[in-house]
Amino acid sequence: MPFCQSKCPYCDFYSFKSSQAEIEAYSSALINSIDSWAHKLKSSVDSLYFGGGTPSQAGADRLAQITQKVYQAFNSGGQEILEASVECNPSDTGSKDVMFDFEKLAQAGINRISLGLQSALDEERAALGRLAGVKEAGEAIKRAKAAGIDNISLDLMLAIPGQTKDKLRHSLEFCAQSGAKHVSAYLLKIEESTPFYKVKDKLNLPDEDAGAELYLFAVEKLESYGFKQYEISNFAKEGYECYHNLKYWQTKPYLGLGPSAHSFIDGKRFYYPENLSAFLDGQEPHDDGKGGGIEEFVLLALRLKEGLVEKDLKEKFGIEIPPSMRKQAEIFQKQGLMVCDEKKIALTARGFLLSNPIISRLLEEM
Amino acid sequence: MSAEIKKENIRNFCIIAHIDHGKSTLADRLLELTEAVSNRDMSSQLLDDMDLERERGITIKARAVRLDYKAKDGETYALNLIDTPGHVDFTYEVSRSLAACEGAVLVVDASQGIEAQTLANTYLALDHDLELVPVINKIDLPAAQPDLVAAEVEEVIGLDCSQAPRVSAKTGENIAAVLDRIVQDVPAPGGDSKAPLRALVFDSIYDSYKGVIVYVRIVDGKIKAGDTMTMMATGAAFSVVEVGHMHATQVRPTAELTAGEVGYICASIKTVDEARVGDTVTLESNPAKEALPGYRSVNPMVYCGIYPADGADYGNLREALEKLRLNDASLTFETESSGVLGFGFRCGFLGLLHLEIVQERLEREYDLDLVTTIPSVIYKIRLTDGTVVEIDNPTHYPDPTLIDSCEEPFTSAHIYSPADYVGGIMELCQDRRGIFKDMTYVSDDRVDIHYEMPLNEIIYDFFDSLKSRTKGYASFDYEVTDYRKSDLVKLDVILNGETIDALSFIIHAEKSYPRARRIAERLKEHIPRQMFEIPIQVAVGGKVIARETVKAMRKDVLAKCYGGDITRKKKLLEKQKEGKKRMRQFGSVEVPQEAFMAVLKLDEN
Repeated sequence: MPFCQSKCPYCDFYSFKSSQAEIEAYSSALINSIDSWAHKLKSSVDSLYFGGGTPSQAGADRLAQITQKVYQAFNSGGQEILEASVECNPSDTGSKDVMFDFEKLAQAGINRISLGLQSALDEERAALGRLAGVKEAGEAIKRAKAAGIDNISLDLMLAIPGQTKDKLRHSLEFCAQSGAKHVSAYLLKIEESTPFYKVKDKLNLPDEDAGAELYLFAVEKLESYGFKQYEISNFAKEGYECYHNLKYWQTKPYLGLGPSAHSFIDGKRFYYPENLSAFLDGQEPHDDGKGGGIEEFVLLALRLKEGLVEKDLKEKFGIEIPPSMRKQAEIFQKQGLMVCDEKKIALTARGFLLSNPIISRLLEEM
Repeated sequence: MSAEIKKENIRNFCIIAHIDHGKSTLADRLLELTEAVSNRDMSSQLLDDMDLERERGITIKARAVRLDYKAKDGETYALNLIDTPGHVDFTYEVSRSLAACEGAVLVVDASQGIEAQTLANTYLALDHDLELVPVINKIDLPAAQPDLVAAEVEEVIGLDCSQAPRVSAKTGENIAAVLDRIVQDVPAPGGDSKAPLRALVFDSIYDSYKGVIVYVRIVDGKIKAGDTMTMMATGAAFSVVEVGHMHATQVRPTAELTAGEVGYICASIKTVDEARVGDTVTLESNPAKEALPGYRSVNPMVYCGIYPADGADYGNLREALEKLRLNDASLTFETESSGVLGFGFRCGFLGLLHLEIVQERLEREYDLDLVTTIPSVIYKIRLTDGTVVEIDNPTHYPDPTLIDSCEEPFTSAHIYSPADYVGGIMELCQDRRGIFKDMTYVSDDRVDIHYEMPLNEIIYDFFDSLKSRTKGYASFDYEVTDYRKSDLVKLDVILNGETIDALSFIIHAEKSYPRARRIAERLKEHIPRQMFEIPIQVAVGGKVIARETVKAMRKDVLAKCYGGDITRKKKLLEKQKEGKKRMRQFGSVEVPQEAFMAVLKLDEN
């Protein structure tokens, strides 16, 4: 759902401000696309994820309608969608002058909300260009819960301008007290195409070491609140790991609809280009090469706390973890960056911070 | 037909200018106007035919071109434009080009006025008794003040500017006036066509079809195909295959070249080394008694190791160097090997710019990834057993206990500058161990500062420092004069416990501490943080005199990796692999090429 009320200065996703008419047109195109893909794929779905942009901009009615369409087109045999998430902005869903009908969503089968909290400090939220305050975020959580949606995830940002451990602690405590079941905590990356990039030297960004410390602090705190880390940036209460997102890291198939959405089906990766009108015109997605190879499997598995499990590798590719890779992993283990045992090799929190060079090094031994 | 022009109608000239004052553009316009080359054929700035020259705005190798111009008097003149290189490393080549001329067009930018090289070039031209033709260029610029600049030229250089053409080489305005001034003011060449042949070699190039083409100015006598010519400095003899004139887009063979003419000779010459710039060509049958004055054997002054970043490119690097050498007699190279860099070449250059040019051409034209070691001069080292060794590679520096004494090359250096900068220049020269000789005012506010300076202080970014201290207004010239005793030591760089032989260099003992500190700091800045902490040490004979540490990397992570990010993540890993290739692996430490360059360019400020 490539719509946003306003563009945040750090964001390089494909999204823009749109009129109701445009959102309407887009929803129809999406529904057509759902129909045609269901016809083509002839398989059911067990998870659904509305990402963005800001799906909540489309309003509960349209989201419910699209969800129903997915059920009808893909799961006509009565199969259940185990997890159906909608990304929401506090400004759309928690402001006192806005009515967002969580109940309608719940009735349509949505059972998970991912809320763009980013920070529980209004000054930090404002610096990040977020429209609403912490109060609205709290209100949105309350309303969702009241509608029976208790699987709530909060997005946090780490290493944002001026962030200190104390400020971060405040946001982490908010997550713990809000009753959320899941937290995604992302280290801010300054992307070249964003307004932040142009002024990055004036942003008072935490340096590399401070950023690393903030991340480790977040991991430690979240764990202490019962949010167990299961991926580089993801933490959940027992049993609340995001079923949908795990599929990406386990190289399972997925279908992404809408401009800039990516898919992985039958070993092929493809995507709709960042071009709304092309999507509205019903243009075919672009090929993005083969996927699901062993390198990809390894690099994605190593994003998970569980790591690269030998049994999985054997099942999928018929090989064990190469001894030279194991040896390299053991060197990293001595540096406190990995943990290794007979069953698996996995990164530690400190290792996650260095996951690019570590994974790259390990893949040299593939 | 071009060959029929009589000697009185020949004009041999060059164009001199401060960098960016429009020398090449003016040359283009002259070519255009004489219809030597149609507009269509002109990729702008024809005279500078290497990309690199165009980018740096300097002419690296001399070229010459003949323009046939019908003047107002109805006569057709042969105007030979001889291009000159514009940097101190090539002073000798410039002097030979000037020696082939009777006149020089002095181009001055109407918005900037006289600048550093304007004056240095003027003196060089006057040294060669050239008639100067001042031209005020860039009158199209809004900031142009042609009257003021003309007055400045009259006052500072003492050159009559009442007739000086005011032109815009860019728009082509008033270019014909320049040609008319050349015809009017530059004297026709002298020389005796009946005397024994004496032809000055001012350039030679290698052509894959014709072999070496020698560019000459015939001073006396004549030469034709079938003659046997002799190079007076080397004594080598060759059979002449073809002589002719160089026109803008082609060469035109002619029956003979006679006194006063500028042209080319093709003979059975295989390498440019056999036709050295400044040598005199004569005929075996009727040799001249005396060679033309000014010949100098040009020897490399600066050496460095050039290694392929990828060892597999060693053969390609050799081939590329061999090809460059076909056209560059002053480049030398021989095989060497380094403990950390593998196999490469020890290369000799005229100076640091020459080095940089060769390095860039290798990378650009031959698509090679290179690692270049710190340049060195040739040191003479007397050992305790009485033998003397010459060292151009710090790796071969003897054990200090075996050294009796060291000598290093000294230069006589002249810096021309506006008087305002004298303080800064002298400070720089003192800092570079210069010995002040004298200072003369060449005009009210221009000085010629004369220093004796060690060459090894010049090769490390002296020219860059000079430019930055004088806002680019100073020009600089040097000549190696002698060797002097000196207190030298070798600095070794140790990364993570391993000595990096490619970074070792020889330096005056007094400067070793501050230099060592700066090297350590620079390396720290330029070596990216890696997975572990890297100690940087700089040592003299095993004693560590500077130390820094590159902290271990803490954070390099793709925080978001969902459906659409997986391809991106894969590409990121590819890129990381590519990035690694640009790094040099020293034991466990990866050092980027920039770190080497940073150590080399230790700006003093």
